[in-house]
Amino acid sequence: MKAPKHPISEKEVSHLAELARLELSGKDVTEMRLHLNKILDYFKMIDEVDTEGISPTYHVFDLVNVLRDDTPHSPESKDLLENVPKKKGRYIKAPRMI
Amino acid sequence: MTARILDIPVWEVVKKIANQEISSEDYISETLERIQKIDPKINAYITVIKEASLDKALELDKQIRQGKTVGRLAGLPIAIKDSICVKNIKNTCGSRMLENFVAPYNATVADKIIREDGIIIGKTNLDEFAMGTSTEHSFFGATRNPWDSSKVPGGSSGGSAASIASFEAALALGSDTGGSIRSPASFCSVVGLKPTYGAVSRYGLVSYSNSLEQIGPIARDVRSTAILMDCINGYDIRDSTSKNTVPQRFADIFKNTVKNLKIGVPNEFFGEGVQKEVHKSIWNVIHKIEKLGFHYEKTTLPMVKYALPAYYIIAMSEASSNLARYDGLRYGFNVPKNNLNWNTTFSKNRRNGFGDEVRQRIMLGTYTLSAGYFDQYYLKAQKIRTLIKQDFDRAFKKFDILVVPSMPILPFTLGEKLNDPLSLYMCDINTVPANLAGIPSISIPCGLSSGLPIGVQIMAPPFREDLLFKAGYLFEENVTIDKSVGEFTNV
Amino acid sequence: MSSESKKIKIGLEVHCQLTSLKTKLFCNSPSDYREKPPNTNICPVCIGTPGSLPVLNRNALNYATMVASSLNFEIMSHMIFFRKNYFYPDMSKNFQITQYDRAGGVPFAINGYILLNNGRKIRLGRMQLEEDPAKISYDGTIESSSETYVDYNRAGIALIEIVTEPDLESPSDAREFLNKLSSILEHLNVLDLGLEGSVRCDANISHRGGKRVEIKNISSFKEVERALNFEMTRQKSLASKGINVSQETRHWDDVRRITISLRLKEEEQDYRYFPETDLVPVTLSETFIEKINHDMPELPKEREIRFQQEYNHSSEIARVLVKDKYLADYSEKAAKESIAPREVGILLAVNLPPFLNEIGKDLKSLDVAPEHFAELADMISKGEVSRRSSKTIFLEMLKTGQKPRNIFDKKGLDVISDSKSIEDIVTKIFKDNPEAVKDAAKDTKAINFLLGKIMQETRGRVDPSIATKLVKQKLSVQ
Repeated sequence: MKAPKHPISEKEVSHLAELARLELSGKDVTEMRLHLNKILDYFKMIDEVDTEGISPTYHVFDLVNVLRDDTPHSPESKDLLENVPKKKGRYIKAPRMI
Repeated sequence: MTARILDIPVWEVVKKIANQEISSEDYISETLERIQKIDPKINAYITVIKEASLDKALELDKQIRQGKTVGRLAGLPIAIKDSICVKNIKNTCGSRMLENFVAPYNATVADKIIREDGIIIGKTNLDEFAMGTSTEHSFFGATRNPWDSSKVPGGSSGGSAASIASFEAALALGSDTGGSIRSPASFCSVVGLKPTYGAVSRYGLVSYSNSLEQIGPIARDVRSTAILMDCINGYDIRDSTSKNTVPQRFADIFKNTVKNLKIGVPNEFFGEGVQKEVHKSIWNVIHKIEKLGFHYEKTTLPMVKYALPAYYIIAMSEASSNLARYDGLRYGFNVPKNNLNWNTTFSKNRRNGFGDEVRQRIMLGTYTLSAGYFDQYYLKAQKIRTLIKQDFDRAFKKFDILVVPSMPILPFTLGEKLNDPLSLYMCDINTVPANLAGIPSISIPCGLSSGLPIGVQIMAPPFREDLLFKAGYLFEENVTIDKSVGEFTNV
Repeated sequence: MSSESKKIKIGLEVHCQLTSLKTKLFCNSPSDYREKPPNTNICPVCIGTPGSLPVLNRNALNYATMVASSLNFEIMSHMIFFRKNYFYPDMSKNFQITQYDRAGGVPFAINGYILLNNGRKIRLGRMQLEEDPAKISYDGTIESSSETYVDYNRAGIALIEIVTEPDLESPSDAREFLNKLSSILEHLNVLDLGLEGSVRCDANISHRGGKRVEIKNISSFKEVERALNFEMTRQKSLASKGINVSQETRHWDDVRRITISLRLKEEEQDYRYFPETDLVPVTLSETFIEKINHDMPELPKEREIRFQQEYNHSSEIARVLVKDKYLADYSEKAAKESIAPREVGILLAVNLPPFLNEIGKDLKSLDVAPEHFAELADMISKGEVSRRSSKTIFLEMLKTGQKPRNIFDKKGLDVISDSKSIEDIVTKIFKDNPEAVKDAAKDTKAINFLLGKIMQETRGRVDPSIATKLVKQKLSVQ
């Protein structure tokens, strides 16, 4: 399947921004759209390649079955909570849900 | 005038510290003084670790005096890219998002350095989240090329390479996803190695593109690079992608002279984007090597033509997912107090915590993975990756090493390419193939043109870093560069 | 099977924690997070600290293989993990490491099944391994709370997801299915269902070919039948009014016991699945699977058969006993101690459940040792105690935890079977109830009153047939 001929629309850009949780509005959307389309246009050249019957390389070498033992370590949780911006007791505080 | 002890090759310094000819305290002090003096101009460092380094140096000297055995990096000041975690030190990734993030643990490579008594002297500047080729995209300002302060040092490990080039550290660590070690090594005229994927543990390296990146050593000469590589490579149980073989040792490789070395020179790396000065410099060194009796032959890797778009699609896709964790909840940048819901808050934190380049790459990566586009972008790119890997496999049946330019152009002026992202991406054209194929690759200083550094890149089959060190050493011996770094370092 | 029931289609998506693992799925944080202070069983991996990497738990793989085998799944020989990308405060990386069945991915196993008692096959489409998210809590309700509290103790715990085809035809079907699934998982020792939050279920239900409704947030297997019953009623009632059921996701409120429309923006979530390349592929060889099968604990079906052979339980009783591992284990302990294991089975499978229902407890919470049941069974089978007395002893045993023989001795519950003693008692009753005797002389049906009095007097210890004989004898000579 070829890459779409039509560049990304502003609506799509807004949708992507939402998926990626990157606030984007106004002229930012326009600028982003221009930039994305430019790069995607360059990416189109991969359409030239015949990849029929080729498997993707997700893992570059043939390592398999890397496993670890089911042995617990003693948690050092204190350090990990140092960077938490908002806490209540030992809970990590998040903004409200709705 | 550069202090004399800093001039001594690092592989010699190690011995001298161990047998008390030089004290670690002196070496560390000199380095810290140098950093204080010139780093305001170069901006290689984000964090300098002063007190703790001096303390360690004193402690080490004491141990040596007492006749205790010390590690292979004993007393050396080592700079680490600020995307590799060192416990209790800030790990900013060059980003506002992690401006105040303090690493709660050591990366495996940091542990190894410490165990070998290396002294971590600071964290170096980088393109934000390792996304870039010029170290201009950092929240903490650009790093400048020590050879010419109006030029970029390359990237994304620009800080590490600049710190080495300007004698602000003895050894350094960078990371290489699409050329981020080799690019600054080339632009700063130092040695930088991207190891085979899986040779060095990635545990503690903040992920940008996890199927492509590796941590690697940077130093002023091949032998010193090998010493650091010896200490950091090897299997790590905490990294599922690290190869479980006997760790290799390269420090003594130089004792044996190189005999047979079949050299391949692939055309695709000498395309029209390559400046003629670079062309000239690379062929110059190839011919010199040939005169020593080593055979070279031109070859072709046709799929490499598609390496750059394939690389960027894969890297951006993975980045969009690897950077999803930065929402300000467990760590990181938070917009000032508000009463918005989590969705809006996350979006604002990310909008304001990330720089433009990072946000653009996340957007692109989100697109290339999204429903309806996955097949024609991400999947397609991964299939092209297979074809590129096959090209390399074929080439390595015939050749021991492949020799190409590291960067197609001379170091460019700061700001020159910022308005044209594509032209910046194009700089990676010669380095990304090695990441896609997972093979090791080293950049060796190759000469200067109008005072600006050029690097020659040598690639080898998987886990054959020994060939890179052997060949690298050979090339290094046969390249003459006025090794004095530009005006900044002549104080 | 009525045609009525075929009009309902139910599918379940079950998430079970592998609670027997000591560590989480991709890191070695301890898995015993319940009752721990928030954010204590954490490490850089499960809390998503930058630079951390996942490593797969060997035992998780073993347990998953066991589960797949026991549910008749076809296990994939080569599999990779995927990232499911979405943002939520309970996601430490804002992606979940899971398995996927497209884009080059395969689930852990496919095409399994469970057979219901009536032989009907409930197909299991797929099974996969994935990590649990963190726990979120609020001040009050999700709507009113101005803050959200996140605890990552649970984040990264190993989950098995099992998805059924919509083969279930009623809420009670679903209950039976889940009971069978629970028993299997418990017999494998991979899951303790008694642990809070160890299983979760989403259900899909459609009525008469109407739109499918998904019910989320069912937090225990027991709640599933309730939720489905409510939803089925709701859908039927809409249908009877001629209103179409909309395709939607509803939330089960287990306090008010209703399903609520979530009314969230029903945007198609794009999870942008792609391979998790921080993990390498897993290959499971035939030899490995065979070994797992060989070493696997006894499954309920096998145990059911063995119970019939070894302890002479009837097939019905055997089936009841293996419904629940604790009960099955308990019954075996008891059966081994008894000369009359069949009697043990009756006590546990027939007599015990009504009692437990009445007091609203389970066997585990009773302080009664299996040996007690064995002792009582022996007493019954040797005829030391009448059936009626045995019921008295049984209840007393369950209430107080005392040994049956002690209760027997204290209450003097031995059977009176010698004729002389019974004669004396009959004489006494006749003396105390002259009117009844007169009635009984005329009408034999009135004998029952006298017999009743005898039973009362002796607290049921008299052999009824001997008592009847003696009463009739005595009446005949009045």
